[in-house]
Amino acid sequence: MIITQKKPLEELLQMLQGVTKVAIVGCGNCAAACQTGGEKEIQEMKTLLEERGFQVMATVLPDECCHKMLVRRDTKVLRDCGAEAVVGMACGDGVQTVADNIALPVYPANNTMFLGQVERVGIFHEYCRMCGDCVLGDTGGICPVTQCAKGLVNGPCGGQKNGKCEVSPENDCAWIKIYQRLLLLGQEDKLLKPCRERGYAADAHPRHIDLRGKKK
Amino acid sequence: MSLLKTVLENGGFAVTAEMAPPKGYDVSHPLEVAELLRGKVHGINVTDMQSACLKASGLGLCIHLKQMGLEPILQITGRDRNRMGILGDVLSAASFGIDTVLALTGDHPVVGDCRETKPVYDLDSVGILAMLSKMEQEGCDCGGNPLSSVPTLFKGATVTPVYEPLPLQIHKLRRKVEAGAQYIQTQGIFDTESLKRFLDAVDRADIHVPIMAGIIPLKSAAMGKFMNENVPGIAVPDAQLQALENVKASGGKPSELGMTLAADLIGEIKAQSLCCGVHIMAIGAEKNVPAILRQAGME
Repeated sequence: MIITQKKPLEELLQMLQGVTKVAIVGCGNCAAACQTGGEKEIQEMKTLLEERGFQVMATVLPDECCHKMLVRRDTKVLRDCGAEAVVGMACGDGVQTVADNIALPVYPANNTMFLGQVERVGIFHEYCRMCGDCVLGDTGGICPVTQCAKGLVNGPCGGQKNGKCEVSPENDCAWIKIYQRLLLLGQEDKLLKPCRERGYAADAHPRHIDLRGKKK
Repeated sequence: MSLLKTVLENGGFAVTAEMAPPKGYDVSHPLEVAELLRGKVHGINVTDMQSACLKASGLGLCIHLKQMGLEPILQITGRDRNRMGILGDVLSAASFGIDTVLALTGDHPVVGDCRETKPVYDLDSVGILAMLSKMEQEGCDCGGNPLSSVPTLFKGATVTPVYEPLPLQIHKLRRKVEAGAQYIQTQGIFDTESLKRFLDAVDRADIHVPIMAGIIPLKSAAMGKFMNENVPGIAVPDAQLQALENVKASGGKPSELGMTLAADLIGEIKAQSLCCGVHIMAIGAEKNVPAILRQAGME
């Protein structure tokens, strides 16, 4: 899931300077689960903006805000609603997808944090950095690119203290976790594999995938 | 050719000392201290923004040392430069005759004094070693393109002997050696027992590489306690901390006891042939290194 966090309201208000009529677009998928763009949060945002003198002309909650066709369909109502700007309560992808579909400025209400696991309602952990070269088969299903603060793929640095990362004592050393997991799985020999070379040639942004065999 | 390599290959007891570039551009103090080390050590190991705190670049101080006729060792971390930056610096170093290097991953910027810095880590210590080995063997750069001239390096890496779980550290050591590490220097050790435990594990793992023991002369009990609590892989024994306290309480100089403890440890390591040499990290008190070596009977 794409984990988002609300921006401070003051930051959003700064973006909305000179605007009086706004529309709000949420996201029924990730942002709803992150409590940053579901129906409840849209209504809260509406109230906050109205308290500050804004007119909220329309609100929309697409099932997924990152789906271009879906967003095009659901945001049609915004075109003639009289809004001067749109408040996007989704991830960065969602905000851009809304902007792709409407000739109005779209301002983000959220910061997009990471691709993460939902441990339980309201508790999220970063689990994948979308590096495009998955190493989980060698590392007991624990990602060193994400779980190690330095993204090391050849074993630990010397920075752990009592099993905790030098960067944050809240975090376990990823490589100690990997080692313990490999021991448990009887796969310690995977640590004997030669140096893993990681390249970045395929990491030139923005990336595209076209399963239809033709470029967009 | 690398003096350190020559000493280690000839079975000598190698001694290196660590030194940091200034936080500024005036190198007169480090160069004065380095002059004191002339003829006493086989290499002056120049740190690369140690503890992720900004200093002048290590390459600059290495060039100064080389031009004084001293033997610098260039530390290279993967924190601040990508593979192109690292290889470019290594080639520049080689053009000045600096051919001994030490590869490290590097402390993360958030533990240092410029916390907003973007960490690089394009390559870790193993990746740096592998890139340099490939350059030497195939005469190519990090993109596989031929180089017009190819330096021969003497490449080192570090290891942490006091580490839990130790097998994980041994695995990492193996990767470093397989990637081309020709010598190893350890994190600071304070007693031969923990060193022996580590060396036994290296033997059992059938890893063969010259290992130099890291020596940190203690300046006070407070320094030892601070390192025990904050520096990974450091374990100063309680008895040494107590002895340093006692000296202070009786009006003596704990730093002198620290020098004696370091000298005794070096003497023991040499007498028992535990390691191929020592690497002294005096942390700002490099001027004491000649005296420590004298006390250790190394002159």
